[in-house]
Amino acid sequence: MSDTPTTPGYTPFPAAGNISDAEREDLRRHGILLTSLEELYGWGRSNSIWPLQFGLACCAIEMIAAATARFDIARFGAEIFRPSPRQADLMIVSGTVTKKMAPQVVRLWNQMPEPKYCIAMGACAISGGPFKQGYNVLKGIDRFIPVDIYIPGCPPRPEALLHGLTQLQEKIRAERVSGPQAARHLQPDTASEFPVPDYGAHDLQPPSNPKLFTAPVLPRKA
Amino acid sequence: MSDQPHAFLALFLGVALAFPLLMLAVAWLWVRFFQPAKPGPRKNATYECGLESTGDSWIQFKAHYYLYAILFLIFDVEVLFLLPFAVAFTGLSAGALFAMLAFILLLAEGLVWAWHRGHLEWK
Repeated sequence: MSDTPTTPGYTPFPAAGNISDAEREDLRRHGILLTSLEELYGWGRSNSIWPLQFGLACCAIEMIAAATARFDIARFGAEIFRPSPRQADLMIVSGTVTKKMAPQVVRLWNQMPEPKYCIAMGACAISGGPFKQGYNVLKGIDRFIPVDIYIPGCPPRPEALLHGLTQLQEKIRAERVSGPQAARHLQPDTASEFPVPDYGAHDLQPPSNPKLFTAPVLPRKA
Repeated sequence: MSDQPHAFLALFLGVALAFPLLMLAVAWLWVRFFQPAKPGPRKNATYECGLESTGDSWIQFKAHYYLYAILFLIFDVEVLFLLPFAVAFTGLSAGALFAMLAFILLLAEGLVWAWHRGHLEWK
């Protein structure tokens, strides 16, 4: 089973089993479609990602623009923005996460059913962006929840969001159903909940989830 | 046509039962063999826009309100009939006039009764 498509052009499903992509493409031209359940599962999931309807700052405006007719996120099957985390697959953290807002974001993430994915959209969601030195801004949402795709930009254009979405689709298609490389939601021992931080005297308590995030250390010469 | 013209209803019933059962069975098998359920206190908590829910959802609502809803109907129905009555007023016979008068008096009597009983005061 190969993970990377070798034939040029669009193939509905990458190679399954021992048959080569070229042979499969040949069969497809004769109207015979070969696939595996695993690929079908990934194909279906990757083309029906329902994002959580949830915006934090200016990046949310670009996210809204991506949903409008000009950019049309519906082309990728992700136009159904759900107002409840119970029905959502994808959390687009679009904008500045203030420390006041961070516990709510983590709680929403916890309340989403698996499989779930997270896109950190824009410089603020990735690292705090221009407000990184501010006292009230979380320096990246990946301190508390696992981020799958990072989209840089301030704010990123809707095309960038769509590119991030297609990258996420590729990631979902590459996920395995069983075995040690199984997707996160299929492994029985991975955590489904992440601790929600509390408001401390000066910072969130804890300031980051130590299982997810370790602050980069700057090596200093003596 | 066949001897049993309603046989297709049985077919509909069969499909209506089999389809959701099949879906539920597939979901059950999927959870059983592939995706283990991972519930948790935060995950199962009441969804309230990310905030922790406070208080009890079993709030008490004053049932007296229904009296106001009924009294509103008096005016509602009255307007409904008064408007065509006013439009056609010049062409009406004496019988229609008296009938309308009796109707309005009946409605007004309901209001007077409710007023007299003290239902218009919010307790």
